[in-house]
Order: sequence, then structure tokens, then C-alpha cells
Amino acid sequence: MSVRIPSGTRDVLPEEMGELRRIERALLGTFLEAGYGEVSTPAVEYEETLRLADQGLRPAYRVVDDHGATLALRADMTVPIARVVATRYATAEPPLRFCYSAHAYRAVRPHRGQMREFLQSGVELVGAPGPEGTAEALTVLCRALEAAGLREFRVGLGDAALYPRLLAAYGVGEADRERLLHELATRDLVGLDRIVAELGLPADASAMLGGVPRRRGGPEILEGNAAPLDAALEDLRAVLGELAPDIAARVIVDLGRFPRMGYYTGAMFEVYDPEVGEPLGGGGRYDDLLGRFGRPLPAVGFALGVDRIHGALAGEERGETRA
Amino acid sequence: MNRFGLIIAVPRGALLTPSLDALDALGIDTREVRENDRKLLFEDVGIVTMRPSDVPTYVEAGAADIGITGKDVLMEQRERQVFELLDLGFGPCTMVLAGEDGPDRAAEALRRLGVMRVATKYPRIAAEYLERTGRQAEIVEVKGSVELAPLTGLVEAIVDLTATGTTLRENGLVIREEIAPSTARLIANRVAHRVKAAAIDEVVERLRGA
Repeated sequence: MSVRIPSGTRDVLPEEMGELRRIERALLGTFLEAGYGEVSTPAVEYEETLRLADQGLRPAYRVVDDHGATLALRADMTVPIARVVATRYATAEPPLRFCYSAHAYRAVRPHRGQMREFLQSGVELVGAPGPEGTAEALTVLCRALEAAGLREFRVGLGDAALYPRLLAAYGVGEADRERLLHELATRDLVGLDRIVAELGLPADASAMLGGVPRRRGGPEILEGNAAPLDAALEDLRAVLGELAPDIAARVIVDLGRFPRMGYYTGAMFEVYDPEVGEPLGGGGRYDDLLGRFGRPLPAVGFALGVDRIHGALAGEERGETRA
Repeated sequence: MNRFGLIIAVPRGALLTPSLDALDALGIDTREVRENDRKLLFEDVGIVTMRPSDVPTYVEAGAADIGITGKDVLMEQRERQVFELLDLGFGPCTMVLAGEDGPDRAAEALRRLGVMRVATKYPRIAAEYLERTGRQAEIVEVKGSVELAPLTGLVEAIVDLTATGTTLRENGLVIREEIAPSTARLIANRVAHRVKAAAIDEVVERLRGA
């Protein structure tokens, strides 16, 4: 007889568990020290609650309970914490600071090595608008990764509102706008160029709409730009202006970020380590989400994949051995 | 390693020679790759060679920083999280719906049975195209020569990639509908696209000019 566990789930044995806990403690220690209170919420919620997040990650696993209600496993911690804020802190004076280290659950595509269940550590900063709130979250993010022992990481900083602002400035219609944002979200810059060319805009507008998504680099790319790009970069410049020099040095400004889905409304971050081919985590501003739960407050947060940080630390160690 | 410090995934098959020509134009010495059919990994020049359909897999996971593959492969593997940076222009071909010359058996099957059977190596492209055009289809995925399937009565039509149409013609098949054009594309890993931005931009600029 072979006793199996579902694909995309795994057991963690003592040696690895010790290493994962060390990472988790370093992250949570940084969050707590920065004034973020740790919360725990149920892994199962009413599906209708999770669906309130609208464009958020749809819950992948559902069961019907003994009263006929549909329960679902949470796909992230942001939505449960939004519920906590709206219900348990309905009248509390913002800003509110929460942190967590908890499992979340997502659907997987077969044979891709993706996990159905994964451990995330992160924070939610509620009631602190950008750019100060965004800069605080970015700072906590970098300090936590440093505390975990990661050295080479960089943080990509984009703005979900940037490209839509440019499209509005050039008067691009709704249908074309959706097509362009789809190409941007799916990272197809060839398709984006083709649609831009079809629009028949003046040469400078076409060059801007085709060129902006390709631009990424240091803070210098935010300076000396023509209108309307210059005005659209105001939020990113303000965030950068709030950062300490060593945090700003970690930032890769990325004008091509646009969320494939989700609730991001402004600044978006993603954590990269040269040793790992996929982001270690990410986050951003979600200024409209709390309103759907009945307490309209601006918010920002991020989640880090503990397993991925573990992989990046191992990779950096190997890199040092090589060098 | 090449002077860009980038691991490059290069497709074997029809795209190999034009891909290596493009890399030559970047000043990467591809002689060893051209002279060696069996070897897969060329560490001195940062090149790994593989089937075109494996290129997105390696690039998505970061086993290669950038890669070259056909748009057909990218359309079929739409969920891969890679950047599509540049249309390289070579390897032009067309994704088509084809059937046996003579009466259109697929149309007849739809008329009389309400469903057509379609063989393909591109099940996603085929299924999406037929759904988009409002036809009920049973997709039969095959790994080898798709042209055989309609000739043996397995299916009434095929969805496949064709460059010149010669193989189709030689097997008595005709193109009924053109689905989408395809050419070779330069793709990049998500993390490399940010942390190796300068090197990747230089590659893109030089290939764009070539």
C-alpha cells in the first residue's frame, strides 16, 4: 500500500523546518519591531467573503459545510485582514499595522512544480496613504529580508496607475485601452507595439506608449521626461523621495509593471534575487479593497514566500562558494 | 560565458541556423554549436540548445536568462510567465486549419454530426480558435506527423504550422483557414529582465538593428 499526499503539498522535516523557522523569525521579528501586530485568521472563510475582494485571487478549494454554506481556503492573507479591519477594528483610529506568517492556498497547473499550499510572511499597513505609507512598507520589506540574511536582493517598484494615466492623456479609447493593458499584463511587448502602431497616434505618442513599458533602472529614469510621462511619474518620485539611501539603492524602478489581476491601485513591488528565477514575493497599494468590506481606507502591504527566500539564501551561499 | 553574461536558450530544428546567425551578429562565437549536433550545453558562450517548445520552460524558471522560440510555441504555452521582447522576423510560418482536398469533410461533419474532429500538436490554439469561431470540435492531440490523421479517417481536419505548404500538399491536404502568423521571438526571464536590464537591453537593441 502506498500512502500519498496531494501533489503541490509537502511534509517538512526537522532540518528544513529549522531553517524555515529561522527565516520566519527574522521576518516576523522585524515586523514586530516596526510596530506591526501579528494576527492569525482561519484558513477557511465563507467563499462570499473572499469574493468581496472582487478582482482578487479567486479561492481554488471549496467545500460545502453541514449547513449548506460554501467555505473556501484563503488565497492570500490580505483579504482576511481586510475583513478583520472592517469588522474588529471598525472604529479604530488609523493607521493600523498587522503582520502574519501563515499558509495560503492556490490552484496549480499540473507538472509545474507549483505548490497548492505555501507559507507567506508579510504585513498590511492600513490607513496610511502613499507615498509615506508605501515608503514605510518598502522599508520594512527590505529590513526584513536583510534580517533573514539575504544580501543580493532587489525590489522592483512599479505603478499600476502609470500606463492607464498615459493612455488617458493620449485619449486612447476603452476597447484599445483594454487590449493594451492585456498585453502589458501578459508581458507581450511585441503585441503591445503592434497595437500601438494600429492606433495611428502622432509619432511622439507612439514612441512613448511603446517605450515606457520597456524602461526600468535606477531612480534616474524618473527624471527629465517629456509630458505627459513626467506628470504620471509623480507618485513614484514621491515614494523614492521618502526612502533612505540604502533602501533606494535596492530599488529597480520598473515602468512596465501592470497587474495581471488583483486589487492593486498604485505602487507595486516585487522582490528579485539573482539566484532565483522567480520573484520571492511582492505587494503594493490597494486603496479600494477595504471599502468593499465596509471600511474605506487606503492600504499597502506585501507577502514574502518563505520557501523562496530559503531557496534564495541557499543560492547566495552556493554563489559565494563558487566565487 | 558570453560578454553579456546571459545564458541563452537556443531552439534546435528549423530556427537553429537563423538563431545562431543572430547571435553571431551580437559577437557571440557560435562555431562550436554549429559543429556539434549532439552537445546541448555550451558553457563557454553561454548557450543551451533544446526543442523550441522547451525554451519557455527554461526561461520561465530562470535556467536561461533569455531565449529564442516561435510565436506558435508562445501561443500554445500562453500561461508561461516570460517577457516577449522582440519579433526577430525569421522562421515565418502560419498556423492553419487544413483538411483533405475535395469536399470539406469538417464542414460536412459539423452539418450532420454537430461536431468536427481535429488533430493537432497545438491543442490549446486549436480549441480556442474553434471555440472563438463558434464550432464544436473534438481535439485529438498527436505527437508525430499530424498530416496522417485525416488521411486515415481519424479526424476531418488538422490544425498545424506550415511554412511553405509543401508537406500539406504532398499529403493531399489543403489550407482551409489561416489562424495566425508566427515568427521567431526573443523572450526573457522575469527576474533577469530586471536585474540584468542593461545586458538584455543591449541584446534587444543590437538584434533590432540587425
